[in-house]
Amino acid sequence: MLLPSVIGMSVLTPPRQRTAAGDELVVVPARHPWRWAATALVLVLLAQFTHGLVTNPGWDWETFFGYFLEKTVVESLLLTLELTFAGAVLGFLGGIPLAAMRLSSNPVLSVVSWAYIWVFRSVPLLVQLLFWANLGYLYETLQVGIPFGPGFSFPTVNLISSFGAAVLGLALHEAAYAGEIIRAGLLSVDSGQHEAAAALGIPKWRQFYRIVLPQAMRAILPNAANLLVNLLKSTSIVYILAIGELFYQVQVIYGRNGRVVPLLMVATVWYVILTALLSVLQYYTERHFARGAVRNLPPTPFQKLKAAIKR
Amino acid sequence: MIELTGVHKSFGSIEVLRGVDLSAKAGTVTVILGPSGSGKSTLLRCINHLEKVDRGTVRVDGELIGYRQNGNRLHELSERQILKQRARIGFVFQNFNLFPHLTALQNVAEAQISALRRTTSQAYEKAHELLELVDLWDRAGAYPRQLSGGQQQRVAIARALALDPKLILFDEPTSALDPELVGEVLDVLRDLAARGTTMIVVTHEIGFAREAADTVVFMDDGRIVERGRPDQVLDNPQHERTRAFLSKVLV
Repeated sequence: MLLPSVIGMSVLTPPRQRTAAGDELVVVPARHPWRWAATALVLVLLAQFTHGLVTNPGWDWETFFGYFLEKTVVESLLLTLELTFAGAVLGFLGGIPLAAMRLSSNPVLSVVSWAYIWVFRSVPLLVQLLFWANLGYLYETLQVGIPFGPGFSFPTVNLISSFGAAVLGLALHEAAYAGEIIRAGLLSVDSGQHEAAAALGIPKWRQFYRIVLPQAMRAILPNAANLLVNLLKSTSIVYILAIGELFYQVQVIYGRNGRVVPLLMVATVWYVILTALLSVLQYYTERHFARGAVRNLPPTPFQKLKAAIKR
Repeated sequence: MIELTGVHKSFGSIEVLRGVDLSAKAGTVTVILGPSGSGKSTLLRCINHLEKVDRGTVRVDGELIGYRQNGNRLHELSERQILKQRARIGFVFQNFNLFPHLTALQNVAEAQISALRRTTSQAYEKAHELLELVDLWDRAGAYPRQLSGGQQQRVAIARALALDPKLILFDEPTSALDPELVGEVLDVLRDLAARGTTMIVVTHEIGFAREAADTVVFMDDGRIVERGRPDQVLDNPQHERTRAFLSKVLV
């Protein structure tokens, strides 16, 4: 009992105390000279770097601005977004059954899901993409029909374009990670919630999307956002399949004009901008699902700014 | 109304319930007392099939819970049918288990809409009435984390009442509360008892048992040791183990 009350006192005591004689005691905050030194050092380094960005002709900002909004670059940017979107949507759609299978009490489903995740997390994305692109050599035809019975067959080469191979590779890769992220989210929901929903007789499917999923989203979202940002950047790997996404396109341009650094900067800045947009999206989505999890939601940066201006 | 016969339940090699027979009439309050680990909570959870009974039967209003009888065979019901049975048996948990992402009002309305298929406006109207009953009409829009423990448990009771249950099971409803909040929850329980709600209450509140119970049941080691009117069991216990337990609780 003694310890908490002592700690409580040191926190709660007002900064001013009176001695027995009645003189007022003044609290002097501790000084942190090293903080000032470190701040100065960092500021100097930052200034130097900025100076270099402006004065070093190697950055070639003129070329950078010339190509930043160039038509082929913007088109390739759209392709990058398409790949990201398709990979994310298909990946998470695949992740849901994987998570459900992994959590299932059916051992076959659970083991199959585990094995899928093991394999697709083990194979590097680059290797996997090359596999899908070369699927035609492995299986010349694909058949749809009764297992081991009659069916229709298609030549594989016609079925999988290089874009298709890229989306397939990204989605299968994402699904393995998304499955684990969703599973972690579902496990984070207290078992009492499942019990309460079951005791109230809420139908199984409604239990999932009305009670469990909204709470799981709190744990799923930060990791899912990480995965999405990672995917956005991973799309640059599909340049290996000669798909004209952002990174491929800047390579084509600097292959032609030899201005490597400014064109890499074009790609870099676009990736940074897209990631920033995703982060904003993440912030507001997380806020949405935080309802009820914290007593009162803190104001958004925008609301803080508005309040500061009013004052 | 409620009829338990020869209920057995084991978790792994540990036998938690060793043949429990219990019956209660409609409109009566049964309080189950007993030391921790005696199987009280498990017994309660068997009544609405949150735990599957290993042996024996549970009947509510003559209806077999969790199974369908065919000759001398018991066929386990489907999940959907069990959920339907549960909707008519209220359950109040020790840790409230309110849905934290829904407001008090939504908590009370949710199962009405999804389990009983009431319209949203009917459900919300009923939810408002019930929040008034537990004296929380002004906190309808609050999320559970914005409420005190006692308030949360009162919302949980309103949530259980919302389905017009035939009976309500209370699993140590005041054990997770600060001492000064116990009273407000017990007031609601007394009120419900006075209205003729059929209740089975697992609790350590001897005072509540004495004034509100029609029957007090003492459990130990997975069996019912003693049962009777509150004054019989509490003031004149016949069994050694009941006396030992009461002497510890009534210091």
